[in-house]
Amino acid sequence: MADRAQPLRSRWGLGVAACVAALILGALAAVVWRAEVGRGLGFADWAAIRFTLMQAVLSAVVSVVLAVPVARALARRRFPGRRLLIALMGAPFILPVIVAILGILAVFGRSGWLSDFLGLFGFEPVQIYGLHGVVLAHVFFNLPLATRLILQGWQEIPAERFRLAAQINADSRAMWQLLEAPMLRQVVPGALAVVFAICLSSFAVALTLGGGPRATTIELAIYQAFRFDFDLGRAAMLSGVQLLLTGGAALVALRVATGEGFGAGLDRPVRRWDGRGSLARVADAVCIIGAAVFLLLPLSAIVISGLPGLVSMGASVWLAAVYSALIAGVSTLVLLAMALPMAVAVALGRGGLVELSGLLGLAVSPLVIGTGLFILIYPVADPFALALPVTAMVNALMSLPFALRILIPRVREILARYGRLAMSLDMRGWVFVWRVLLPRLRPQIGFAAGLAAALSMGDLGVIALFADSETATLPLQVYRLMGAYRMEAASGGALLLLCLSMGAFYILDRGGRRHAET
Amino acid sequence: MKHLVLAAGLLGATAAYADTPELIVYTYDSFVSDWGPGPAVEKAFEATCGCDLKLVGAGDGAALLARVKLEGARSDADVVLGLDTNLTAAAKATGLFADHAVSADYALPFAWEDATFAPYDWGYFAFVHKAGMDAPANFAELAESDLKIVIQDPRSSTPGLGLLMWVKAAHGDKAPEIWDGLADNVLTVTKGWSEAYGLFLEGEADMVLSYTTSPAYHLIAEEDDSKAAAVFDEGHYMQVEVAGKLANSDQPELADQFLAFMVSDAFQSVIPTTNWMYPAVTPADGLPKGFETLVAPEKSLLLSEDEAAALRDVALDEWLTALSR
Repeated sequence: MADRAQPLRSRWGLGVAACVAALILGALAAVVWRAEVGRGLGFADWAAIRFTLMQAVLSAVVSVVLAVPVARALARRRFPGRRLLIALMGAPFILPVIVAILGILAVFGRSGWLSDFLGLFGFEPVQIYGLHGVVLAHVFFNLPLATRLILQGWQEIPAERFRLAAQINADSRAMWQLLEAPMLRQVVPGALAVVFAICLSSFAVALTLGGGPRATTIELAIYQAFRFDFDLGRAAMLSGVQLLLTGGAALVALRVATGEGFGAGLDRPVRRWDGRGSLARVADAVCIIGAAVFLLLPLSAIVISGLPGLVSMGASVWLAAVYSALIAGVSTLVLLAMALPMAVAVALGRGGLVELSGLLGLAVSPLVIGTGLFILIYPVADPFALALPVTAMVNALMSLPFALRILIPRVREILARYGRLAMSLDMRGWVFVWRVLLPRLRPQIGFAAGLAAALSMGDLGVIALFADSETATLPLQVYRLMGAYRMEAASGGALLLLCLSMGAFYILDRGGRRHAET
Repeated sequence: MKHLVLAAGLLGATAAYADTPELIVYTYDSFVSDWGPGPAVEKAFEATCGCDLKLVGAGDGAALLARVKLEGARSDADVVLGLDTNLTAAAKATGLFADHAVSADYALPFAWEDATFAPYDWGYFAFVHKAGMDAPANFAELAESDLKIVIQDPRSSTPGLGLLMWVKAAHGDKAPEIWDGLADNVLTVTKGWSEAYGLFLEGEADMVLSYTTSPAYHLIAEEDDSKAAAVFDEGHYMQVEVAGKLANSDQPELADQFLAFMVSDAFQSVIPTTNWMYPAVTPADGLPKGFETLVAPEKSLLLSEDEAAALRDVALDEWLTALSR
């Protein structure tokens, strides 16, 4: 099918998508190629697959169900510090797992704040280890992301729609039926798929908070296949299973998420006339404060434990911070170069395969991608020399699915709204991109770039496989500090990481939103 | 003009640098960190060898072996430092390692007779707890107590694998019963040592699987004597960390020189307070002050590398079965 008369073509996006798919599947194929005949999937692997599915489904559902009221409350309310709160809430997502876990435990652990508090009234300490602990941690990680993705959906409903709804005296309930529920039907499946895919590859969280080998995930099984058995065939096979599960979830989500956009608006700031009753106010306040407390308490614990360590970290930690920032910068640029054409291709109706190839970055274990790239690169170049570019590239692939989810709805809307006008003015190609697409896409680009930068900053990923002693990123350096018993300095490093990631996210996201909304 | 001179000087320096032979040593992450032995070792060796020593960190011991297997015969590495005796059988099976010519007066509790790998440090696995706690004296007492422990997953970490071997070496066929008893004491299992020790310091667990030398770090580096290691009367399993040279090294002489340097005083004397393990050869000045306070097990346990390799899968199955109920 040729593209309909549109100012942009999908071939760039299709090309990029093909490259992404080739890179990731190529890495997977390289692992298979190097594999000797392994012992196949055993009983334990199937148990791991079952557990992985169960915890990922639970985590995705709980995260998204809680995110809907929080996003709604944030969409309806304007208060001082709202943007800062939204940015801060994004922090858990980008922390090294061990740091985030220690933050959670400082609040919910056996000797955490909550247990101490309950102890005052003679209660037993909270029991966090088990499936509920895994889900709690995953909600901590993913609630902010789900909230932002859904909030995005709310903000894409043109202000005029709300104005119109208010004019016909629609109450909250009618507003919900007319505007909000249809929007959610479009946005929620995507959010579910993304959170599910993230939780699918969880490993350290599930193991630590799951309480033991019962909580074995596919990712741990892959790790074991690599490290314990050096069975590349089994690692690749398990990776294939992970790929199928993520791909399946994505297909379901894409199929469900159909429907028309909300039509054109004039980009006026949204004003809401519903939710002015005191009951709605209280409900929104409960949602916002509840989410803020849940997310910010563990972060405060990280800040408190990190402050004393900031002075004792040494120059190498700061150097690692520079490396991390550098990788994050490059990675963000690579991400945008991939995500924008792909988003356009999807918006032009070349959906399925392009979006699927975007999800591959989440679906294939970073360990497998890293090892595959290592096998591919090793014969032709020095892996150490390529540590930084490869890390930047893989990090960009990891944030691609999020970026696509953020960009696609808006690109679709822009094309629907301005496509015909642009064609009638014979405005196409780069001119359309510069004059129409990019300016209107700024908030989404800022959000996606912020997320990519922050994710890249916090990622341990492939650097561990490629790094020599001189080029360590900040998360790797934090682990090294811990390995040398320097827990205080490690906490300091973690705090620095938190600040850098948050800073990068805040600046990019804020920059994108200037002019857009107050 | 000044810039030109500077540029020429730099170029000259790079050219001179390029003539220096390079010895590449793969090791684990905490060895190469600024707080590990890496920097001191690199400085001391480069002062004698007229070479450039490049230390490359690759995860932990198990990851190190995986890395070497991945690279195979074409590996750039000349020496691999940081495997332990639970991994050496698998390492030898790759056929990638060559015999060494190191001899030394080892301070190990047993005679070292391995032609391929030479030891550089060792330690006893032990459960570390807060000083003053009434610690159990063996696995059975631990199993009966209400104490909560954090251990590492044997599938992803060398201490975790060490614990499996400890229980196996001490209790043999009774290992499954020991694990059944311990199951309700295991608060949680972590991916690696850092996570587990972090949880313990946060106060989550009463005890953590670590080393008898762990309290030395707190005592010497932090002047904190609040940590102690429990002595178990069935004996303590040892971790002996070793290095070997690769058969396809392009710098075999330098690699030999490095392995000889590894058991010399310059290397061994930095081990206790950087790697926080016992040095394989007692340094001329003895162990640092503070090490005399550490508990010494009456009985050392160590399975031979072949036994360890043969028992690995069985022990893992027993462990998984007991803890998955």
